[in-house]
Amino acid sequence: MTAAPALSVEGLSVQFRTRSGIVHALDNVSFAVAKGETVALVGESGSGKSVTAYAVMGILDAAGCVTGGRAMLGALDLLSAKPKQLAEVRGRKIAMIFQNPRTALNPIRTVGRQIADVLIRHGGVSRRAAPAHAVEMLRAVGITDPARRAKAYPFEMSGGMCQRVMIAIALAAKPSLLIADEPTTGLDVTTQAVIMDLIGDLAKELGMATIFITHDLALAGQRSARIVVMHAGHVIENAPTRELFANPRHPYTAELIAATPDSAQSLDALAAIPGSLPDLRRADLPPCRYSERCPRKLAACAAPLPTAAPGAAHVIACWNPLPDRAQYPPAVSAA
Amino acid sequence: MLTLILKRLAMAVPSLIGVVIVTFVLTRALPGDPAAYFAGPAATPQAIQEVRIKLGLDKPLIQQFGRYVVELAHGNLGTSLTTGQPVAIELRNRLPASAELTLLGLLVSIVVAVPLGILAATKPNSMLDHACRIISTLGVSLPVFFTGLILVYVFYFLLGWAPAPLGRLDVFYTEPPHVTGFYLIDSLIAGDFPTFVASLKQLVLPALTLGIFSLAPIARMTRASMLAVLSSDFVRTARASGLSSYTVIVTYAFRNAMLPVITTLGMVFSFLLGANVLVEKVFAWPGIGSYAVEALLASDFAPVQGFVLTMAVLYVTLNLLIDVLYGLIDPRVRFDA
Amino acid sequence: MSVVAATPPRESGLAALIRHSRYVIGENPVTGLAFALFVLIVLAAALGPHIVPYDPLQSDTSEALKPPTLHHLFGTDQLGRDVFSRVVVATRLDFFIAVASVALVFVMGGFAGVAAGFFGGWTDRIVGRIADTIMAFPLFVLAMGIVAALGNTVQNIVIATAIVNFPLYARIARAEANVRRDAGFVEAARLSGNSDWRILAFQILPNVFPILVVQMSLTMGYAILNAAGLSFIGLGVRPPTPEWGIMVAEGAQFIVSGEWWNAFFPGAALMVAVFCFNLLGDGLRDMVDPRRRT
Repeated sequence: MTAAPALSVEGLSVQFRTRSGIVHALDNVSFAVAKGETVALVGESGSGKSVTAYAVMGILDAAGCVTGGRAMLGALDLLSAKPKQLAEVRGRKIAMIFQNPRTALNPIRTVGRQIADVLIRHGGVSRRAAPAHAVEMLRAVGITDPARRAKAYPFEMSGGMCQRVMIAIALAAKPSLLIADEPTTGLDVTTQAVIMDLIGDLAKELGMATIFITHDLALAGQRSARIVVMHAGHVIENAPTRELFANPRHPYTAELIAATPDSAQSLDALAAIPGSLPDLRRADLPPCRYSERCPRKLAACAAPLPTAAPGAAHVIACWNPLPDRAQYPPAVSAA
Repeated sequence: MLTLILKRLAMAVPSLIGVVIVTFVLTRALPGDPAAYFAGPAATPQAIQEVRIKLGLDKPLIQQFGRYVVELAHGNLGTSLTTGQPVAIELRNRLPASAELTLLGLLVSIVVAVPLGILAATKPNSMLDHACRIISTLGVSLPVFFTGLILVYVFYFLLGWAPAPLGRLDVFYTEPPHVTGFYLIDSLIAGDFPTFVASLKQLVLPALTLGIFSLAPIARMTRASMLAVLSSDFVRTARASGLSSYTVIVTYAFRNAMLPVITTLGMVFSFLLGANVLVEKVFAWPGIGSYAVEALLASDFAPVQGFVLTMAVLYVTLNLLIDVLYGLIDPRVRFDA
Repeated sequence: MSVVAATPPRESGLAALIRHSRYVIGENPVTGLAFALFVLIVLAAALGPHIVPYDPLQSDTSEALKPPTLHHLFGTDQLGRDVFSRVVVATRLDFFIAVASVALVFVMGGFAGVAAGFFGGWTDRIVGRIADTIMAFPLFVLAMGIVAALGNTVQNIVIATAIVNFPLYARIARAEANVRRDAGFVEAARLSGNSDWRILAFQILPNVFPILVVQMSLTMGYAILNAAGLSFIGLGVRPPTPEWGIMVAEGAQFIVSGEWWNAFFPGAALMVAVFCFNLLGDGLRDMVDPRRRT
């Protein structure tokens, strides 16, 4: 019997009301994150990865509404919790860091005070002691000369430093789950590696689970124990990382892996995934939202997708998945 | 911070030079012959000419301008022909009346407009939001003197709540001993509570008039600014960090949203200083606005000159203060290379 | 074999404009109201003197200061003149002041602005200095000074309003001209031998017009308020000419004794007209640039 997960998302559906119609952004999204586990949420732009995170955190735009499902953080359903219960939990047990750290920080407040704000709110730290604690947090995230930096403003710092500050803010109350929404997009490659290392180290130290949202499958492969692949608001595959790369079952996953550039490829050889995301405003969306661009489409694909068995190690949302390489190893082809 | 102030001061200098030149040109172009007026109705042409020479009005314009600038540097704004008093003294005596009125009007305006704007922004497209928008547009469409007259009609004539619009104090009261010239402050300093209440009563309607007038741009800007800030990345971070509603809306969102509103205050002051003149006429307020209007209608150019100059200098100073205030709140401006 | 999807026929520019206008008005019925009001004002301005029941200048002291009745919808003023007729006839003058001021400032400010943005250098600096000097004054105070110096005529009120709004138009026009300075059509015009001035007048200025038209609607409202304010302190139109501002000024003295209709109706007319122009400006802004919606 496995231990209770840190977060269990079950059947999450989200809609957005827009001027041009209702966007069915998420449909029946389910996945779980075990305690201390690092899970990557991967997909194209528009696949719903960030919306999932925003819905769980309760910071969806006013035009968005959750139309079904639960997000269990321990025994609490985040989606139907009362504001008072949410206030106990948000920023304290579950935290989030964002893309574009420079704009994600208050431009007219020193970074030290921004960290102190969270410490006072969640960390049971007094107003007087908070500044000193904030300096310690800055040190913990690897910022040199933290006492001086604490009095600096975000615009005086580099993108990498701002992301460290965001991590400090998020981790100030020692949450049990961190959601990192594309934390390294926009940073240079060296800084990317450093930030990801930092997150990994701190997660290990705190025993914290991490959901790492990215469009970069390679990065996900390097840093996470499990990958959840999303497409057009659906979870289409969910497997341990090594298993996913060795044995991708969903056609989309295989295309994603093939499209991931590696250093040996030339620009001409870059594979693209044919077709594009379906318009999520349509009322006539097929049950499998990939079917219209799928080369393996069958007549059976018009039926609603199979629901995964709970606790299944490798979830596949497909009627015609790729052959299981464990059972049917691919023939060795002549080079 | 100091460099910021000095830089702004330096930028204000060319404006002030322009103001002095324009004021001089405008008032020299006033119709009517001050020399004839000064000399009196029974004066002969020679007498008028002598007066003209004495006033220096026969010299070429450039020389007159030079003399004007020199006198200005000595704080001499000339003498009023109608009252015979030095303009500088009269302006100084009357300035507190206008200042008290304008500041109170602005206070009323901010106290109403800012919360209205914030509320409208937190509930966009609601009935409140539409009401806010309509009230703002109405406020801007009403001529300020018309608002004043309606208020007088409703609150003085119909309801009898407000006193007669006859100036700063009812005849039964004497003005408090002069410290600042602001009756509200001076009466409190002197511990004279009845006079305080009496001056406040006289101030209510004109201040309200000015307040209604400047409500619109402030409310509109607050709303627009709050809307933009509430959907910004850093407010999202603050929410995700679980900070309290108060902290998110006031400490994080509002402080950032006020920046454009502070910049708007400059424009609001421009309107207010103009509206002041009109309100002073409606309520018989003894400020510099009514002083100038009386002088204008009598072709008495020195007070008009002094008034326009004073208003412009005041306006430039206020804009400077606004810039400084902005710099205090927004650190990005302070570090401007 | 490929199937070519049928494309809908391209709409003419006018049809597209009408469709877009209908969409914007449908979205925001208040804009529709503003348009209707505008038409009403134009009609009143055009037909005013011909449709009013009484001669606006005819005084009849036996009928002085009568409250509104069926005979005199808005009552009579202190000289026995019918307020309703005067208010309607005044529409023409106030509307004229608004339109003339706006036309003048568009030409002056627009041209100076595009010249500054197009040529840069000294032109830019001089226009900038003039704008800064004007902006150093509280605007109404400056208008007072100009009208006082030049004299109490309608032309001078128009000139004063135009001068006071000059910096705003110059700044907007300058920004737009800067952007378009190196645009393709400008190059083409230059190559076909057009002088810089012709380019400015016929190529750039017309392109700047849509951006300025929003501001022009708002300025029309301001122009009327300005003229009214000047008249109120005795610097505007002279009696007995019917003009809303001066009617309010004359009626002001009677408010304290309860004869409200004298000042109320012209003031209300002022408010309605300015309100209409402001709403129109908002609606135009939505049509021209939906991003800037407030």
